[in-house]
Amino acid sequence: MRAIRLVAINVFRELVRDRILYSLVLFAILLIVAAVVVGQLTGGEDIKIIKDLGLAAIAVFGLLMAIFIGVGLVWKDVERRSIYSLLSKPIRRWEFVVGKFCGLALTLLVNVAVMTAVYYLVLAYMGSQATPFQRLAWLAPTVDPMLMVAIGLIVMELTLVTALALFFSTITGPFLSALLTFGLWVAGHFNADLRALETFVDSAPITLIGDVLYFVLPNFAAFDVKAPVVYGQPVPVAYVATTVLYGLVYAAFVLLATVAVFQRRDFK
Amino acid sequence: MLVSPQLTAVGLSALFVAAVGLQAAIVRQPQPGLPEGETGNLLYVQSPEAMRRMALSFDRLAGDLYWIRALQHFGGTRLMDPAERKYDLLWPLLDLATTLDPEFDIAFRYGAIFLAEEFPSGAGRPDQAIDLLEKGLELQPGEWRFMQDIGFVHYWWFQDYGTAAEIFQQAAEMEGAPNWMGALAAVVLAQGGNVESSRRLWLEMLETADVEWLRAQAVLRLRQLDAIDQMAALDQLSLEYERRSGALPQSWGDLIRTGLLGGVPVDPDGYPYVLNSFWGSASLSPQSTLNPLPTFDTSLAGP
Repeated sequence: MRAIRLVAINVFRELVRDRILYSLVLFAILLIVAAVVVGQLTGGEDIKIIKDLGLAAIAVFGLLMAIFIGVGLVWKDVERRSIYSLLSKPIRRWEFVVGKFCGLALTLLVNVAVMTAVYYLVLAYMGSQATPFQRLAWLAPTVDPMLMVAIGLIVMELTLVTALALFFSTITGPFLSALLTFGLWVAGHFNADLRALETFVDSAPITLIGDVLYFVLPNFAAFDVKAPVVYGQPVPVAYVATTVLYGLVYAAFVLLATVAVFQRRDFK
Repeated sequence: MLVSPQLTAVGLSALFVAAVGLQAAIVRQPQPGLPEGETGNLLYVQSPEAMRRMALSFDRLAGDLYWIRALQHFGGTRLMDPAERKYDLLWPLLDLATTLDPEFDIAFRYGAIFLAEEFPSGAGRPDQAIDLLEKGLELQPGEWRFMQDIGFVHYWWFQDYGTAAEIFQQAAEMEGAPNWMGALAAVVLAQGGNVESSRRLWLEMLETADVEWLRAQAVLRLRQLDAIDQMAALDQLSLEYERRSGALPQSWGDLIRTGLLGGVPVDPDGYPYVLNSFWGSASLSPQSTLNPLPTFDTSLAGP
């Protein structure tokens, strides 16, 4: 465990040194500018739009970080040949992989936490500026704790993306890894269409392939509850629990596959 | 060979100043224009379903962006010269916004107002306004406000009071509809299009509107209805003057001198009414912000 912790903390420090936290400044600027501008551009639905924008920005910033950092995590050590000195230390390969994963997951968690704080501050400010008539139109409170459900599932989604990026980074270069991870993320949002393939295609084998892919590909669409949360609709606890469990199990599966591949890699 | 820092700074400054200067020169150049009648409005993705798929999990945000674009298109077109106005993208933008976010009530309700508003102030397409609201009802079958708005379009823009009353009645029967909706249906059915039923409609709109723009619309319409009432009262005073003196008044001064008026009458926005000395009737000043006033055709009222 100690080795995993050391690798994870090292990844976190390295990313902070790489100025990854600058993205938070960008996020804060984006949201504050949007809060000022959106009021002038929209017809009274500025809180709803800021809620949509904030959640989407947290997801996009997190996704970009998970993909572009994740794909370089192992590859960089191989490319710089620092992997030789690392693996000569009393650290097992699986600890190295899990440590890398935990380090990036920690970085993402810190990033999302700070973005969430900025998001709530901006919403609180906008809520304080609203007129009584605007308040009448709100379907949910401005500073709504339920938004945390959507953010929690975004974190879960990012954890899975990180695992996938790390997996690809152990078998191929960063460009292809990024492409494959992003491709899987996109495909994971079309999952429902795979299930409904029989309505478009009149072919049993293709329908079967669609059904298999539906269960095999990561279902990223399941982590998206942004819309109901923004509209103040309840998200069942059982749904959230099942989805979180699905994310954890899938990430563990990918991580195990990563370890299996990494164990077999020959760095001579 | 290394370039000295001073030389680099000078080079950077010179290039930056040159770029700013050239930008200023571009602005002064005659701008390449579009062919006559072309607005340059472009919508790359016209299919709402294709856009919904492309937006992945960001469909709501995409809906927000299309709504903002629809607002900009509507507002920007209204600022143009009336002869050049073209609301050609309004419907596709609203269709996209509401497909991407089917719960975006404001896009349905405002969008319908923008579409129904008479050209050149709006698109002049009450038929599309109804299509948009019916789409809203399909997606949210319990939303009585959409039904109320459909009735409103029939009442105000088509002046089809029978259909409007029928639709208001349907809205009244929907869950969550306010009590006054049934009464409104009855008033519209009984009285058709007149100032009183219109006032009732706009008053309810004013009291239930949760956005400032809609409230402003309701206030404007109510002021117009007040002006119609005031002009009718002024016409009565002219008749009274004629009854007393045997001739129609030639100016408001005639009515003031006889004590029928306390001063020059002004409309609810503060513009003095104009007296037509030939007919003895009052009308709005051409400068009045209440122009043009709505018209009512009571002959189209329902049974």
